[in-house]
Parts: sequence; structure tokens; C-alpha cells
Amino acid sequence: MSTTAIPAGTKWWSGGKSPFNASYGKVMMWYFLMSDAFTFGAFLISYGTIRFSVNHWADPNHVFNAFPFAGHANLPLAFVSLMTFILIFSSVTMVLAVHEGHNMNRKGVEKYMILTIFGGLAFLSCQAWEWTHLITGDHMVLVNGHIEHWGTTVSNNPWGPEVPHDIIEKMGITLHGHETVATPGPIAFGGYFFGITGFHGFHVFSGVIINTVMLIKTRLGHFDQRGHYEMIEKAGLYWHFVDLVWVFVFLCFYLI
Amino acid sequence: MSQHTISPEISFTAEHTGGTKRIWKIFWLLSVITLMELGLGLAIYTIHKGENPNPMLVLFFKGVVCILTLAKAYYIVSVFMHLGDEVRNMIMTIVVPLCLFIWFIIAFLWDGNSWKNMRNTNGGSKPATEEVAPAAKEQGAKG
Repeated sequence: MSTTAIPAGTKWWSGGKSPFNASYGKVMMWYFLMSDAFTFGAFLISYGTIRFSVNHWADPNHVFNAFPFAGHANLPLAFVSLMTFILIFSSVTMVLAVHEGHNMNRKGVEKYMILTIFGGLAFLSCQAWEWTHLITGDHMVLVNGHIEHWGTTVSNNPWGPEVPHDIIEKMGITLHGHETVATPGPIAFGGYFFGITGFHGFHVFSGVIINTVMLIKTRLGHFDQRGHYEMIEKAGLYWHFVDLVWVFVFLCFYLI
Repeated sequence: MSQHTISPEISFTAEHTGGTKRIWKIFWLLSVITLMELGLGLAIYTIHKGENPNPMLVLFFKGVVCILTLAKAYYIVSVFMHLGDEVRNMIMTIVVPLCLFIWFIIAFLWDGNSWKNMRNTNGGSKPATEEVAPAAKEQGAKG
């Protein structure tokens, strides 16, 4: 918590100092993040508009109910919660790295940057598994009077309304266990899901690259020579922003 | 003493004396909020699975989840990104433009909703169909 008392009546706009009390680089990082927030916001609001405009939308608890090595167990929200906690935790290690940077503790910065990079890679691995699972999934869909097996892609959405069992039986098909047959859902689902989580994943990926560069620069002692660790702070802002976006992606795609 | 001069533009350097206690406190807070969201998500799942899903209750739970998400966003931006520790000018230059989102969300979701209403009326593109199988044929032919 900042404890510096700023004298009342400080003339911020009289020139000679930053009215934001921040360096140029940090202010520009904030403005970049603000513009990026509008980009993500536009994507998510567009997704919301389409979702509001159709009569049926995929139930996230059905679509995202798998967990690695758990077979066909029905575990709604479990895997995405794991991803969320990974990202929150890597955000904590990032803010700890920034804290060590304030104390000019190079070893501490290195330790927490490594943990943050590891968290980012863990998140990306989880996303790779989730995408693979969705794309290679096999769901029975009633198309033109016969059954097709669909995965979730940008052109196929097997999560439409369920076909009543008696209709399926009339077609002479027997369903085993929890098997259901669906009709094709709105095609926009895959596009929005892969587009937005992909754009977020791309941010995570570039964040991992940025953090790796920062780790190397810390190792080489660049920030000790410079006398401050502000670059770690700026990389940290980007990384927290990635976490922030995930909070909203988590809300819009998985929770509601 | 720990804070070195970063740039001559900075007039007042904040002393980060709080240690890591505050960071961990926020971590636990975020975790608890996430667990609450998960609880509500699973509650919505259970309601949907039940015999007579109550749409108002589902809507209420979804609203609560949205508010919890906004709380999480506030803590991440304010504490982890240290925006809460910046001077007022800095906070305002970031937060005020983001207020546009209030209007964006209202306007576009409103539009989506009116689109849905048109979809389901004769004045619009077509009446809503309750029968699943013919709808499937129709959509399959389109796709």
C-alpha cells in the first residue's frame, strides 16, 4: 500500500512533471491495455449479442464437462476451474516478482518470474488439451434424417436441442447409456469460442515470451545496472491483464 | 530507500511497505470468490437438470456471478496492477474511458434481444418452431 503523502494543492498540470506521476512507458502500457480491453470487450459483446438473438445456445455444463484421464466422467466446470486457478496463481507469482523488484532483489525476481512462466505454460497446455478434446470429440447429430458424428469446430456445432428419444427409436437406432442425439446448434458457437479463447491464448503465449525475455534480462543484470526493475512492472501489467481477460472469458463462456 | 529513481517525471514515489501480506490476502479473496462462482455455476447446472427449471432463479444466479466477476476484476486491477496506488489523475485516465462499456453492453444486448423477438414473430423472419425434427432438417440443409 502506498504511504506517500502527496501535498494537497499539488499542481499536476502546470508542467515539468507527469500529471499521472508515472513514467512514459508505464502510462503507454496502461493505454495499450485499455485499447486491448476494448478489443476483447467488442468480441465478448458481439458474442453476447448473437447469443441473445438465438432461441437455443449450448449449455456450457454439457460442452465443458471433461477432464484429462477421467474418461467419460461428467465433471462440469472442473477443468476450466483448474485453468482459472493456474492463471490466478501465476498472477500472484507475477505480483511477487514485481514486489521483489521494488526491493532490488534479483534472486527473488528470477524465482518468481520462473514460476510465472511455468504457470503460463501450464495454462497453455490445458488450453491445448481442451481444444483437442472439443475438436476431436464425437457427438451424434441428426442431419437430414440421418445420424452424423460431429466434433465442435468453427463450422460444426453438435450442441443444438436434443432430439426426443421416441423419434430416435422410430428411426431404428438404439442409444446406449447416456448417449443422446442432438440437432445442429447455432454455427456461431465454435467461431466465438475458438476465436475468443484463441485470442486470449495468443495473449498468454506472448505474455510467456515477454516474461521469458524479462527473465533473461534480469539474469544478465540489466535491471540492476539500470537501477530499477520497472520493466518487470510493465510486463507484470500485461500479465495481470491477461488474467483479467480470462476472468471475463470464464464468466461469458463457462459460467453463464 | 528501496525505491530508486525511475524517471524525472515521477514526483512522488510510493513506498511499497505493505510486504507480501496484502498480496496473499487478495489471492485468497480471489480464490474464495472463484469458488463461490463455481458453486453458483453448479447450482445453475443442477437447476437445469431438474424437472421444472425456474428461469428467474437462474437469471438471479447469473446476475450474482456477474457481480462477483466484477469484484474479482476490481481486486486484480486495484491491487495486483497497483492502479489503486496511483494518483487520482492516473486512475481517472484509465477508468473513465472504460465507462463506455456500460453503454456498449446495454445497447448490443438490447439489439440481440430485439433480433430474437423478430426471429420469433411473423413480422420477422419466421415463427418459432417447437418441433425439433423438422427444424433439424431445415438447419441441416442450410449447413
